Amino acid sequence: MHWDRKSMSRRSSTGRNNKIEDIITKMQDDKTGGVPIRTVKSFLSKIPSVVTGTDVVQWLMKNLSIEDPVEAIHLGSLIAAQGYIFPISDHVLTMKDDGTFYRFQAPYFWPSNCWEPENTDYAIYLCKRTMQNKARLELADYEAENLARLQRAFARKWEFIFMQAEAQVKIDRKKDKTERKILDSQERAFWDVHRPVPGCVNTTEMDIRKCRRLKNPQKVKKSVYGVTEESQAQSPVHVLSQPIRKTTKEDIRKQITFLNTQIDRHCLKMSKVAESLIAYTEQYMEYDPLITPAEPSNPWISDDVALWDIEMSKEPSQQRVKRWGFSFDEILKDQVGRDQFLRFLESEFSSENLRFWLAVQDLKKQPLQDVAKRVEEIWQEFLAPGAPSAINLDSHSYEITSQNVKDGGRYTFEDAQEHIYKLMKSDSYARFLRSNAYQDLLLAKKKPESEQGRRTSLEKFTRSVSSLSVAFPHEKSERAEHKACRCLVCLHGWFAMAMWLRTPRSCQGLSEARPLGPPSLHDGLREGSGIPSLSVSFEAWLLCG
Amino acid sequence: MSPRHRQMATEALHENETLASLKSEAESLKGKLEEERAKLHDVELHQVAERVEALGQFVMKTRRTLKGHGNKVLCMDWCKDKRRIVSSSQDGKVIVWDSFTTNKEHAVTMPCTWVMACAYAPSGCAIACGFKQFSCLSLPSSWDYSGLDNKCSVYPLTFDKNENMAAKKKSVAMHTNYLSACSFTNSDMQILTASGDGTCALWDVESGQLLQSFHGHGADVLCLDLAPSETGNTFVSGGCDKKAMVWDMRSGQCVQAFETHESDINSVRYYPSGDAFASGSDDATCRLYDLRADREVAIYSKESIIFGASSVDFSLSGRLLFAGYNDYTINVWDVLKGSRVSILFGHENRVSTLRVSPDGTAFCSGSWDHTLRVWA
Repeated sequence: MHWDRKSMSRRSSTGRNNKIEDIITKMQDDKTGGVPIRTVKSFLSKIPSVVTGTDVVQWLMKNLSIEDPVEAIHLGSLIAAQGYIFPISDHVLTMKDDGTFYRFQAPYFWPSNCWEPENTDYAIYLCKRTMQNKARLELADYEAENLARLQRAFARKWEFIFMQAEAQVKIDRKKDKTERKILDSQERAFWDVHRPVPGCVNTTEMDIRKCRRLKNPQKVKKSVYGVTEESQAQSPVHVLSQPIRKTTKEDIRKQITFLNTQIDRHCLKMSKVAESLIAYTEQYMEYDPLITPAEPSNPWISDDVALWDIEMSKEPSQQRVKRWGFSFDEILKDQVGRDQFLRFLESEFSSENLRFWLAVQDLKKQPLQDVAKRVEEIWQEFLAPGAPSAINLDSHSYEITSQNVKDGGRYTFEDAQEHIYKLMKSDSYARFLRSNAYQDLLLAKKKPESEQGRRTSLEKFTRSVSSLSVAFPHEKSERAEHKACRCLVCLHGWFAMAMWLRTPRSCQGLSEARPLGPPSLHDGLREGSGIPSLSVSFEAWLLCG
Repeated sequence: MSPRHRQMATEALHENETLASLKSEAESLKGKLEEERAKLHDVELHQVAERVEALGQFVMKTRRTLKGHGNKVLCMDWCKDKRRIVSSSQDGKVIVWDSFTTNKEHAVTMPCTWVMACAYAPSGCAIACGFKQFSCLSLPSSWDYSGLDNKCSVYPLTFDKNENMAAKKKSVAMHTNYLSACSFTNSDMQILTASGDGTCALWDVESGQLLQSFHGHGADVLCLDLAPSETGNTFVSGGCDKKAMVWDMRSGQCVQAFETHESDINSVRYYPSGDAFASGSDDATCRLYDLRADREVAIYSKESIIFGASSVDFSLSGRLLFAGYNDYTINVWDVLKGSRVSILFGHENRVSTLRVSPDGTAFCSGSWDHTLRVWA
């Protein structure tokens, strides 16, 4: 069975479900394989016009292509809770996959008729139930409580309610016995929807944002029992808070302009778009914790926050470093990545570009009152003649920017920022990815050390340096001469320093042979036949250990 | 003719046009636009995705249940720290939780108020609430819309036990009808709001000043989402006019619009690359729209799903779309293949709000059953 567009498009402005009504109608249709509706013999009486839960569930599975019975039962329960089908022997509106009997609700009582029955109607109903001396019509506990409450609330007009109830009983008595059974049950089911059993979901509750667009905005309160409410004060009704604005010529002209712009837009073919979406998703799937289990574990599943602790540490994992290479935005998004990139640019003496970009991002985050000042600061630092961190803009962009600066708004540097972004992306970023700094991080197989571990190593190192100068013969001043020193002291110092230097910054430092860390030790170790081999193995250890 | 010339010629012609002829012109342009787009529709996403490996069996469970609201939960948002969340309910209560421990860290109750929207500031130091406040004298029935205030307020989060959270509240936005959504931009200093008055607006938090307003929806705006790009200045909104519209935050202009849903759009969310976005609607479908194709590229629906989708969000890679529905369930969709991967039961009433956590390790759903659940 396939829903045709027409049935799907019957937009329900009430938020009520026309789809349910279609299903319910089809379910009752003999000709198209509906659920078998039977009269069942029971003891001395007959139970007219019922279906079994199993039949309903089976029908739903077959006709709505549902594979899992759990799903079908859930849907059946919802249809019941909305008031379209009900169990004949229970106030609680739910569906079971067994021989329990259900009856279809009369269309008169369907929710789409915009019922909002008053408490007076409910009072009449409960009252008349007490007048009918039948076991099956006995009030449930919650109904008795409701009745008591209503009697207190309507104390003054109880005589009126009583009379109405009596009138209803008279009308009911005139009906055929079987018809009455059916109607009574449908009426009860109606009240089960509008005055549900405590603890059950009240499905008549509506989304407060959508209330006012109901099909019956005039809210003509109709009574179930034909009672007119003159005494009830009309509560102020706001049909629509906004008058519907009529479409003007200007509106259509704007629309025409918009449509023309869209027609001229250059769009991609679906095949290209599909490839792009697939490529992006496939690239990131290993990073998606709900698809690829997170390492060491997903905190929500294991109750262990190790994953978050690792991410907080300044040392990026290999996986994280790899992600910086996916796109320029990726490295800009990650604080640690940005720092690495900045350091790289500093080494090339072109950090002003990134600093400008960051400054403009920051400008856009400022409160209104601070914007003008920041614009001036950025201009002075990066663009004014003689600026300390002058960035390179083409003359056209420079012209636009200097014009904008006069107004000093948050979008003053948009054009310039875009230029610099493109420049960094095509030039510096590409080179960064090829740089030793990045490649070393990428190839690192070491496990990221926790903050605690690193501090301890640092402590160890500083302690060892001071202990070296005190306890051992290699005085600070002498160490410079110990170029080929392989004594235990120096080795110990190396170990400790190596531990301390196990950060990306130091990796970079080591690989580019830049002095880092206490000069005394390092100086002594830079040259000399013995040490290079030592330092190579240490470096290797640093990167692989 | 260049676009500009065509536009000028069109405008000149329209001086003396009647409304009817303008409408028919618009209709014919719509037809032409559809024609042009159709030419590029050479294949379906799910067809190309046939070569993609199918996802394995999905076992997602509720890992945390947050109880504390006394009424329907209407909205929630994650803090950037990946564990704190803010949630708001129809009885005026706003709670900040450490959802990992399920501890409540802050709470404020606004009497006679429906708090329909809430958001966490990027710094984690403040929250925003979009609400409709009534005079306490007239209790609202489902019909009475004579409410007084439709505002968005920002509350700094303080850990001083003596300080009342409401003390330093800042009133930021004002609309002429209910606030349906609010979101900070990438700064604590700006807030974007969507309203039942049919507009969206960008506000400066410090001064409460309106920075930009966005007009174009023909009915209530129900949802919005900011583009994830580092450099982007756009956002998408969805409304009761069945339209999803993409806006330029600088100019206030609508740059793209999509109208294929058959009922209210309750939720919109960008695909993580920012090139597409998903929507959830009362027509019981979710759809994917691509900005480069300027077209709907996928529809997520089933015959057995007949209740509206209230909120949608993507998993980190964009492969999964989680959608909460008015039938109390959450359906998990394979975005590329278009098939449903899983159905999650648990909530006992409508799912009203759903967001994936900032690092994608879990998602949180809020419901009319007064609870929030974190799933992983």
